[in-house]
Amino acid sequence: MSNNKIIHWFKYASPQSFYPLAGKLIPWFWGLTAVFLIPGLWITFFAAPTDAQQGEGYRIIFIHVPAAWMSMFIYIVMAAWAGLGLALNTRLSGMMAQGLAPTGAIMAFVSLWTGAFWGKPMWGAWWVWDARLTSALILFFLYIGFIALQAAIDDARRADKAGAILALVGVVNVPIIYFSVKWWNTLHQGASVSLTKAPTMAATMLWGMLLMALAFWMYSIAVALTRVRAIILEREAHTEWVKELDEVKA
Amino acid sequence: MKPRHKRIALITGGLATIGVAAALVLNALNSNIAFFVTPTEVAAGKAPQGQIFRVGGMVKEGSLRRENLTVHFAITDTAKEVPVTYTGILPDLFMEGKGAVAQGRIQPDGTFAATEVLAKHDENYMPPEAQHAVDQAQKAQKTIKQ
Repeated sequence: MSNNKIIHWFKYASPQSFYPLAGKLIPWFWGLTAVFLIPGLWITFFAAPTDAQQGEGYRIIFIHVPAAWMSMFIYIVMAAWAGLGLALNTRLSGMMAQGLAPTGAIMAFVSLWTGAFWGKPMWGAWWVWDARLTSALILFFLYIGFIALQAAIDDARRADKAGAILALVGVVNVPIIYFSVKWWNTLHQGASVSLTKAPTMAATMLWGMLLMALAFWMYSIAVALTRVRAIILEREAHTEWVKELDEVKA
Repeated sequence: MKPRHKRIALITGGLATIGVAAALVLNALNSNIAFFVTPTEVAAGKAPQGQIFRVGGMVKEGSLRRENLTVHFAITDTAKEVPVTYTGILPDLFMEGKGAVAQGRIQPDGTFAATEVLAKHDENYMPPEAQHAVDQAQKAQKTIKQ
């Protein structure tokens, strides 16, 4: 029996071997984005029925909820990478965290922005300071703080460490966002979809939302990997292997 | 202990400490984080006296009355209710039997003079036909009970 077939995962912890792997994966994730986005948008605009209470306006849910989910999920992944980098001193971890932050910030912003557009016609207010909205705004600020802190420190390794501590401290906010509508009375309604109970949405609406969520997921992976590749080139610019790359030589 | 293990222990310990601290702070702030008080809390005198606050619940069925531009309605949590007066534009989703949050203060006569009224919708999404079926079923159940 040979060991040749075993993939040595740790190999990919080095930027040098991760760079080409990410390059190979990116087109696949863009493809998957299209695969989920096209039916997702079709359901969003055509297949999903109007809502009994909210009419057509509820359709903003197909952007709002996937963006809000991603903003929370990306934060957890970013903090996990940051923590891993802090614990194991792996170089790639910091780059992953740095690569994820802007996408997470965009998702957080989109969830706040679409939420405001939804709130005005339905609730009668663009913004209220209830627990859900406030904690989601804090999440956005945490992303901005992480990006700013990393950018403010010139030495990449030190920037990673400082950012990692901020990212890990901020992780406590994610469960607060998620459970805020349960723990306190808020203007924001409770969860329609959760692991503990049957969804309270019509099936077509639910499918649309899940497809859109998957599309957002694939998009996030594709752009984050693209960003990580750029970060690798920047940080490893002094190394021989980067100088030898075709795209760098050209 | 390798330095790596030490760091992992420090991170885990740090996260646990932050988690506990956050839980304690949120617990202490509990009543301040609530976006509105319920009519039962108002009846129990838990609402701030003479100050602006928000009261939330359902708009009581059959309580909505319009007088020129002023609307009168009651906000109920099925146990207690608060009579509300409001002059202004109501959100489209404002309806009897649906959720609403009013901001204002209690008047000497016990009514709640609102300066802002927001509609609170629930987490149920369904097409109008399905909603109709649900309403019919609930009506049927009510008749059976009577």
